[in-house]
Amino acid sequence: MSVLIIENLNKSFGSVNVTNNVSLSVGEAECHALIGPNGAGKTTLIHQVSGLLPPDSGHIRFDGHDVTGLSVWRRVQAGLSRTFQITSVIPSFSVLENVALAAQAKYGSSFRFFKPAGTERRLNDTAMQALDQIGLADRAGVAAQDLSHGERRLLELGIALAGQPTFLLLDEPMAGLGRAESETLTEILLGLRRQIPMLLVEHDMDAIFRLADVVSVLVDGVVVARGTPDEVRADPAARAAYLGGGAE
Amino acid sequence: MSLSLLLIQCLNGLQYGVLLFLIAAGLTLVFGVMGFINLAHGVQYMVGAYLAFAFYELTGNFLFALILSLVVALIFGLLLEVLVFRHLYNRDHLDQVLATFGIILFLNEAAKVIFGPLTLTMPPPDFLSGSVQLTENLRYPVYRFATIAAGLVVALGLWVIVVHTRVGMLIRAGATNPAMVSALGVNIQRLFMVVFGFGAMLAGFAGVIAAPIFSIEPGMGDNILIVAFVVIIIGGIGSIRGAFIAALLVGLIDTMGRSLATSTLGLIFDGSVANQIGPALASMLIYILMAAILVVRPEGLFPAKGAA
Amino acid sequence: MDRGLFIAGVIFAVLLAAPFVASQFGSTYFLSLLMKAMLLAIAALSLDLLIGQGGMVSFGHTAFIGLGAYVTGIGLEEGIENILVLLVIAIVVSGLFAVITGALALRTSGVYFIMITLAFGQMTYFTLTSLAAYGGDDGLTLWSMAELFGSDIVQNGGGLYFVITGALIGTWWLIHRIAGSRFGRVLRAAKENPGRTEIMGFSVFRYRLIAYVIAGMIAGVSGLLLAQHAEFISPAIATWKKSGELIIVVVLGGMGSRNGAILGAFFFVFVEEFLGGLFHEWKLIFGPLLVLMVLYARGGISDLLEARPKKAGAS
Repeated sequence: MSVLIIENLNKSFGSVNVTNNVSLSVGEAECHALIGPNGAGKTTLIHQVSGLLPPDSGHIRFDGHDVTGLSVWRRVQAGLSRTFQITSVIPSFSVLENVALAAQAKYGSSFRFFKPAGTERRLNDTAMQALDQIGLADRAGVAAQDLSHGERRLLELGIALAGQPTFLLLDEPMAGLGRAESETLTEILLGLRRQIPMLLVEHDMDAIFRLADVVSVLVDGVVVARGTPDEVRADPAARAAYLGGGAE
Repeated sequence: MSLSLLLIQCLNGLQYGVLLFLIAAGLTLVFGVMGFINLAHGVQYMVGAYLAFAFYELTGNFLFALILSLVVALIFGLLLEVLVFRHLYNRDHLDQVLATFGIILFLNEAAKVIFGPLTLTMPPPDFLSGSVQLTENLRYPVYRFATIAAGLVVALGLWVIVVHTRVGMLIRAGATNPAMVSALGVNIQRLFMVVFGFGAMLAGFAGVIAAPIFSIEPGMGDNILIVAFVVIIIGGIGSIRGAFIAALLVGLIDTMGRSLATSTLGLIFDGSVANQIGPALASMLIYILMAAILVVRPEGLFPAKGAA
Repeated sequence: MDRGLFIAGVIFAVLLAAPFVASQFGSTYFLSLLMKAMLLAIAALSLDLLIGQGGMVSFGHTAFIGLGAYVTGIGLEEGIENILVLLVIAIVVSGLFAVITGALALRTSGVYFIMITLAFGQMTYFTLTSLAAYGGDDGLTLWSMAELFGSDIVQNGGGLYFVITGALIGTWWLIHRIAGSRFGRVLRAAKENPGRTEIMGFSVFRYRLIAYVIAGMIAGVSGLLLAQHAEFISPAIATWKKSGELIIVVVLGGMGSRNGAILGAFFFVFVEEFLGGLFHEWKLIFGPLLVLMVLYARGGISDLLEARPKKAGAS
C-alpha cells in the first residue's frame, strides 16, 4: 500500500524542463532515495511534493488523497513533513521552543491568545520526545542560533518529527555534516524508517546504501534508473549519469 | 469641461509628471541598486528649491543660481551619503526608514530656522517669462513649457547614460543583482556614491525648476516624496523606464483626476455631494492605483529585471 | 518576579497615584499631559504587536486612531452620547477596515507592505478631510462629550484619567498575554522565518491578519479616548507622518517590549512638551538623536535600561 504516489509530474521554468514526467511511489515502512547529479531537479521535485512549487501537470497522492492543489501548511497538517537542505529554524527560539512550535501545529488550535504556551505540558512533552529521538534533549534550552551546524541539522529533523508526521521528505539531511555527525544522523534515520516512510534526497552514498530500500536516479529531470541500491550501483545508465555528469 | 481647460490640465499633468520623474529616478536607482529606502530624498528636492532661492537672491541670475544650486545640491547629497546613509545599507528597511525620517525632521526644522517658516516665492527667469498663445482663448506659461522640455531632455539623457555607457550598464546590473556586481570586483562603494550623488542632483534639479512654479516652504518635499514612492512602486523598483512612464501616468491621473473627479461625480450625484467626495476621491486615485498594482502585479509595470 | 512585570507594575502604580499627587499642587496640566502620553502608549502597544511581535511595519497605523476619533466625533454630532455604543461602533469600524486593508496588504511584505499600508493611511486621511460636515481639513471641536449612562465618569471633568489608565493597563495585559500565548509564538516565529513557520503547518497569512485586526481595533479605541480627552478631532492624525512618529515611539522604546512601547510614548510626549517648550526648534536635536539611536542604540530605551547589548540584526 503506497503512502506517497507521484504520477507523471512535469515542471518547466521557461524552456527548461526541470521535472520530466516523473513518477514514483513510496510504500509503508519504506525508504526511497532520490539521487542524481547536481542540477538534476531533485530539490524542485521535493518542493512540488511539499507544496512550495505547483507542478505544471501530474498528480501527487498522499494517503490515498490527491494533494496536488493543497497549500503547504495543509499538507503538513495531513502528515506530510519535510526538512530543508539549508537549515531553516527559528534562530532566537530555544531548541525546545522550535520543536514545541512544530508540535503546536498538530495539537489543538493556535488561535489561543491568553494561555501561556511555554508551560503547556503536552507541547513540551511531545517536544522532548522528539528531542530524545534525535539526541538533542540535553540542548533543549539552547537558542537555535547558538547550535553547531550538525546540531542544527538534527534540530531540522526534530522539527519535522514533532508534528508526528506520517511521511518524511528529507532534502539532503547530511548536507555539511562531518563523518561522525553523518553517522549519528544515519543511525537516527535507520531507527525511524520502519515507523515513518521517507523520500530521501542525498549525495552521501554510504548513507543511501544503509538506509534506502529503493533508489531512483534523476538526471535532467528524468528518472533514468530505479531499483535496490545494489541494482542501481550496477546499472549502466546510472553509472553514466555520475561518471559523465559531474556529480559532487 | 471645455477642451482648453482639458488641454491645460493635460499640460499641467505632464509638468507634474516630469517633476515626479526627476525625483523618482534617483529614488528608484538608490532603492534598486542599494536596496536603500531613502525617505530623505524629498528634502533633496526642498534643498534644491531653497538653494535656488538663495542663489537667485545672491546673484540675481537664474542660470547662475541653477548651476550653483546643482553643485551644492550634489555636495550636500554626497555629504549625507558619507555621514549617514553609508552606514545604513546593510541595515533592515525599518532602520533606514527611521534614520531617514530623523533626517527629514532635522532638515525641515533647519530650513524653518534658516529661511523662516513662511512660504517663499521666486519669479521665473526673464527669458522664460510670459506665456504662449496656444489656442484662441488659451495661454500657457512659457516657463512651464520649459520645465516639461527640461524634464524630457534629462529623461533622454538619463536613458542614454543608463543604456549606452559603462556606468549605466553597471547601474542596471546593480539594480538587478547587486551582489553579483560586487563579486565582479567593481568598486561598489564608488558606484553607490555615483548613483546616490546623481539621484540627489536630479532631485535638487527638480527643486530648482519647481521653485518658480510652486511655493517654497519647509516640508515641501515630504508629500511629493510619498508620491514619488507611489511612482516607483507602480513603475517597478530599479527601473528608470518604469519610473518615467509611471511618473507621467501619475502626474496626469492626479492632475486631471482632481479637475475631472468633481465634475464627473456631479453628473451622478448632486452638487454638494460631488464637491465633498470629488476632491477626496481624486487625492486617493493614485494610491488606489498603487494598491491595485501591489495586489495584481507587485513587481511593477516595467520591472528592472530585463528592462532599463 | 519577572523584571518586565515589575517595571510595568511600577509604571502603573505611578500613574494611578499621579492624580492624588497632582491635586496637591492643583495642576491639571500635568494630568492632561499624562493622559496624552497614555493614549499614545495604547496606540504604541498595538503597533508593537504588529512590528515587535509580528515583524509587520505598518506605515498607516494612525489611520485607525483617526477612525476611532471620527466615529466618536460624528456619533456625538449625530446625538449618540452613550460611550458604550460609540465604543462598539469604533471597534467594528476599525475591525472592518483592518480586515479589508489587512487582507490586501498582507499579500505583500517588506517595503511593499510599508507602502501599501501608507497608501491606506493616506486614503483614510483624504476621506476624513473630505467630511466637510464634520470639519474637513480643519477638524471639529466637540461641544458635548460622551457619557456613561448619564455620569461624566468618562469625561475630562470626571474620571477620564482613570478610564484611560484602566485602558492602558488592560491593553498592556492583553498584549502581554498574547506574546506568551500559542498565537504569539506563531507570530514571533513568522517574524523571524515565515517560510519555516508555514512549513511547520501554520497559515502565516491568517495569523498576521488576526494580529492586524486586533491591533487596529485597539488603536481605534485609543482614538475614541483621544477624542474624549482632546474634545477635538482632526484628520491630521491619520497622515503618514503621524504613523511615522508612532513607529519612532515603538522603536525608541524597544521593539517587542511592552514596557518599551509605554516608555517610548512617555519619552516622546515629554520631550516634545518640555524640550519644545524650552527650545522651539527641538526637532533640530531630536532628528539627529533619532539617527544616532538607529545607528548605535538600536535596542531602544528598554535595552538601555536592561543594559543588555542587542545582537546586531537580531530584531
